[in-house]
Amino acid sequence: MSKSLNSIFIPALGGVALLLGAAYGLSSRDYGRDQIDMLQDRVAQVEGQAATARSEAEAEAAKSAELAAAGSDLEARVAELEAAVASARSSGGSMTQGAPQPDTKTGLGRTALPEEIAAWDVDVRPGGIGLPEGRGDAYTGEEVFAENCAICHGDFAEGVDNWPVLAGGFDTLADKDPVKTVGSYWPYLSTVWDYVNRSMPFGAAQTLEPDDVYAITAYILYSNDLVDDDFELSHENFAEFEMYNKDGFIVDDRAETEYPIWRTEPCMENCKDSVEITMHASVLDVTPEEEGADQGAAMPEATHDDAAAEPTSEEPAAETAVAALDPELVAKGEKVFKKCSACHQVGDSAKNKTGPALNGIIGQTFGSVDGFKYSKVFRAAAEEGRVWDAAEMAEFLTKPKAYMKGTRMSFAGLKKPADIDAVTAYLQSFGG
Amino acid sequence: MDDDLKSTTRRAFLRGSAAAVAGTAAGAAAAGPDPLITELQDWASATGEGVDATPYGLPIEFEGDVIRRNVPWLTADPISSINFTPIHALDGTITPQGCAFERHHSGAIELRKDDYRLMINGLVDTPLVFSYADLERFPRENHVYFCECAANTGMEWAGAQLNGVQFTHGMIHNMEYTGVPLSTLLAEAGLDTAGDLADKWVYVEGADASSNGRSIPMEKALDDCLVAFKANGEALRKEHGYPVRLVVPGWEGNMWVKWMRRIEVMDGPVESREETSKYTDVLENGVARKWTWVMDAKSVITSPSPQSPITHGPGPMIISGLAWSGHGQITRVDVSKDGGMTWETARLGKQGDSKALTRFYLDTEWNGEDMLLQARAMDETGYVQPTKAQLREVRGENSIYHNNCIQTWYVNAQGIAENVEVS
Ligand code: HEC
Ligand code: HEC
Repeated sequence: MSKSLNSIFIPALGGVALLLGAAYGLSSRDYGRDQIDMLQDRVAQVEGQAATARSEAEAEAAKSAELAAAGSDLEARVAELEAAVASARSSGGSMTQGAPQPDTKTGLGRTALPEEIAAWDVDVRPGGIGLPEGRGDAYTGEEVFAENCAICHGDFAEGVDNWPVLAGGFDTLADKDPVKTVGSYWPYLSTVWDYVNRSMPFGAAQTLEPDDVYAITAYILYSNDLVDDDFELSHENFAEFEMYNKDGFIVDDRAETEYPIWRTEPCMENCKDSVEITMHASVLDVTPEEEGADQGAAMPEATHDDAAAEPTSEEPAAETAVAALDPELVAKGEKVFKKCSACHQVGDSAKNKTGPALNGIIGQTFGSVDGFKYSKVFRAAAEEGRVWDAAEMAEFLTKPKAYMKGTRMSFAGLKKPADIDAVTAYLQSFGG
Repeated sequence: MDDDLKSTTRRAFLRGSAAAVAGTAAGAAAAGPDPLITELQDWASATGEGVDATPYGLPIEFEGDVIRRNVPWLTADPISSINFTPIHALDGTITPQGCAFERHHSGAIELRKDDYRLMINGLVDTPLVFSYADLERFPRENHVYFCECAANTGMEWAGAQLNGVQFTHGMIHNMEYTGVPLSTLLAEAGLDTAGDLADKWVYVEGADASSNGRSIPMEKALDDCLVAFKANGEALRKEHGYPVRLVVPGWEGNMWVKWMRRIEVMDGPVESREETSKYTDVLENGVARKWTWVMDAKSVITSPSPQSPITHGPGPMIISGLAWSGHGQITRVDVSKDGGMTWETARLGKQGDSKALTRFYLDTEWNGEDMLLQARAMDETGYVQPTKAQLREVRGENSIYHNNCIQTWYVNAQGIAENVEVS
């Protein structure tokens, strides 16, 4: 038996070793061999379970060693040991420890340089803490906003389609459908500056100059009728400005208003006299249809391929065009299209969004997608009967604003000709 | 996909399953020998795919409908939007990464480990920059936690709206994270400069174009927040913040900043857009609660449910669902079949982890009659999940966030389930 004992007598397992020590002590008094073996197995099990519960084992084994020394009877000692093993096993989790906090510094990482901190630490807090110097008035802001923001948020910050509304909604917060805007809801002006500076315009974040952000912020206040159009906002007067809803917030009070009420013994029987259905979701029917359901093989990625494989039958020409497309180029184009997808959709369920749906665009007349409100320049092109081909597309996408002066498409353009070819091929894969 | 195909969706499926119910009498004897047994099948004769056919495996095609889904009308654009975990089709507690819900404010970016930097600055002794490789050299931990968007069930405040547990409760996932405690990294930068920590905050910020940032009180930052780089044993998916995201156990998902690039120690909160304009809860009187971080106890039956109807006849059936609490462990879940008049205590699949999903089962008999199914969770603080009426009484109907009400499914005699509200 000592062979297996020795194999476990390794210093790293101090507690288990002690426990075994006690068992060994018992064996040397010629205690029943079976029992010892059994104990040994159990101890080995304990050790095997990732040397769990070292401290319990240690304490318990120490206790039984004490008992042994006091000469109490062997049965009792075995019982003690068994209890120790059982508890060591059942609390198998007790060796689980949090990662140790190194008590001295590890020295990992390196010191951040001032330039690096300046580049990333640009958040602005209540009172204007963190603002760079600068200024801008609402009048200037209107232009900057029209150029960079109006396409989604509307000329007057009223929100186009489903894009966020930034103005109005005053005194609606207690209504059935509150309109929460910068004007009606936001408690701090710093949040406007900070968010516009770091997160907008959507798709070209962190490209605005401080003066532009001051001007836009002033304009958003103006569009909310909170200031006049000659109002100038700067780092100097920023902290003075108080928002309309600054007192409209309380800190989470669930611990007082809710928890005491709901921490009760729940009712199990006769909890109410009757139950009636008061509302059905199917009445509203706003649940999306489940694409992919019941078609077994139809994984979501399959939809694009389907579209490519089944061009609309009225346009037989499309079939050849689709067949001739280089699948690799189309795949690359799909990636490039991510730059467009904030505003455009293609595919089966494509709808007009900020920009028109682009199915079948190549070969189609400019500005002719049903139900889309085009700018003047696109309406004029439609009247002239201009038709999209790859060459026109390439010129347009290189510099949309230069090629179609006055277009509402606020997109800087694609720099790489290869990207343009790819995205054009991708668009062609949706007919046209 | 043409219109014909489109209509073979859930509704048609539900009709189909109703027929199936009608045709299956419980314990019926087989009409004749089953050809699946008596005839030689292809798969029992020809060979299957070799190893490496899919170097990284995807679910078999027959599970093709177990996917995330989105509700297009909710948001202007899928780039700043949310989709939903197919919890109606999952069991156990761990959410596979590939179908765990996504929420982006400016799309899911692709950030290489080599290009990853994490900065700690502000009121620290030494502002530091870590590379990804640095993070892997700190002692790390493993924990299972749920991540629930504060807007989960948010569409249901004013009434029953969406007919599917994926849509009503699918803004949740539950993963095993591997990461370094945030407290370890803060200690490395040194907090002596910060002085009294009781009124200090950390501001955490993402590297994506939304620059999503949230202020977290120092107490929570030092308690159990984890700077995670693995989930369910493998690298985070890009849609969940590859290579590094913050885990803020029990607190709303928006705080679990993805692609985390910066941690700033501060003497006050930033009051960023995501903690003022959003993730604040308007009460009936128009005043809004802010800093409502913790997710209260909640549960829902995932099966049967509208997307997971009963497809068998009367007889043995399992009612199953999920329960969780941002305050700690789930201690008990009760299930009602009669809209809350009487309740039975369900069996917990296993002792729940703190701030993680717990699976519950009610192993029961269906008598083939209508049911109004509900589940009600209790957590270790004694908190009992409230009804929608109780919530509305305190908060009104405009809160959007933090709707943890008891959900009701009406199951008819055909086994079809529907989202309803009851008195
Ligand atoms: C391509 C469309 C688009 C453009 C252009 C755009 N935004 Fe936005 N804006 C959005 C979207 C989408 C959101 C919501 C983002 C989210 O969900 O996180 C948003 C949110 C906002 C909000 C916060 C609204 C709220 O209630 O929380 C402000 C303020 C804002 N934008 C200002 C601007 C300004 C100023 C510009 C121009 C510099 C701009 N936006 C350009 C799409 C756009
Ligand atoms: C910020 C939103 C936005 C982005 C991003 C954008 N577009 Fe547009 N696009 C528009 C709008 C708005 C129009 C309508 C132009 C008008 O009326 O002046 C448009 C028009 C077009 C048209 C002409 C459609 C027609 O019916 O004649 C094409 C083609 C087009 N876009 C392609 C693209 C491609 C390709 C990309 C990406 C490389 C892209 N757009 C990116 C908003 C956008």
